[in-house]
Amino acid sequence: MSLRKTHELHQRRFGRNLGVALTLVAFIVIVFGLTVVKVTRGDFEPPRGEVQN
Amino acid sequence: MSDASINASTIREDEASFGDYFALLKPRVMSLVVFTALVGLLAAPVPVHPVIGFCAILFIAIGGGASGALNMWWDADIDRVMKRTKGRPIPSGKVEPGEAMALGLALSAMSVTMLALATNIFAGAFLAFTIFFYVVVYTMWLKRSTPQNIVIGGAAGAFPPVIGWIAATGSMSVEPWLMFALTFMWTPPHFWALALFMRSDYDDAGVPMLTVTHGRPATRKHILFYTAMLALLAVGTAFSDIGGPVYLVVAMVLNALFLHGAWKISRRDEEASEADNFKVERGFFKLSLLYLFLHFGAILAEALLKPYGLGGWG
Repeated sequence: MSLRKTHELHQRRFGRNLGVALTLVAFIVIVFGLTVVKVTRGDFEPPRGEVQN
Repeated sequence: MSDASINASTIREDEASFGDYFALLKPRVMSLVVFTALVGLLAAPVPVHPVIGFCAILFIAIGGGASGALNMWWDADIDRVMKRTKGRPIPSGKVEPGEAMALGLALSAMSVTMLALATNIFAGAFLAFTIFFYVVVYTMWLKRSTPQNIVIGGAAGAFPPVIGWIAATGSMSVEPWLMFALTFMWTPPHFWALALFMRSDYDDAGVPMLTVTHGRPATRKHILFYTAMLALLAVGTAFSDIGGPVYLVVAMVLNALFLHGAWKISRRDEEASEADNFKVERGFFKLSLLYLFLHFGAILAEALLKPYGLGGWG
């Protein structure tokens, strides 16, 4: 079996895929962080009147 | 094992890299958007949680980048003609126009939705309007139909500090509109100076820039007029709630320099400009970049000094 040298195109596609992967991971981290802050601050709590009813 | 991912007939040697897609977002314009939106956010009288502030700036920047991608998709034909833009991802053949459109639309929807969720619906709606204004009103309509393209289109680039302010406060007031007016009035002299020394670029592309429709001497006079109006506005802003002594000093110095530059441009003719390769026009253009950066920097400084009792007029 002969091993072929990686084509330059492979490197470019790998870079592109890595970029997309890192962007998606960053997006997940941002949404998670934002959710933690919003929940901690009580942004999603219903108004008091509704809870008492 | 055969390599299934590389088929000789479908290989494109100029296939785009991740950086080419990123270039569609106009990173240099995005840096201006980030900075001015950040100043709008921090100058607002309401403290913002750092994570929410970071998200707001990020999504405003992505919205700005998305409109850049849509601009490149629509303008691919004239970008091919102009020296300044022919290296962009679409004219250079690295990215297909359809890809730029898809990326622009997807990022527009994502950024507007996420900004509305992270801050408030008003901010999200305003970002959507900004993208619409830049892509539809400026790029698709005004850019190719009127020499006032850059004047009205400049509004799109002036909205980010307003969005930043709304993201922080959820409401509108006079101060963000002063920041808007600063960028709005700054845009025409900035781009007309560029049009003066880029010479035939806009002419070749058939874009009705003022230099093409009204001639270069008229453009020089317009630069002086807009710079004078800008100076009045910029110095006047010093006495508003976002101004203060630091801002006043910065505005006085920069506007004196800017007016001097505009005056020199208005007094020059084409022969003199060509003799020194548009040295004065190039210098004015570079100064315009510093001008906007330092004005917003001074507004930021006033905002950051306020908690220590130093910013503003106390």
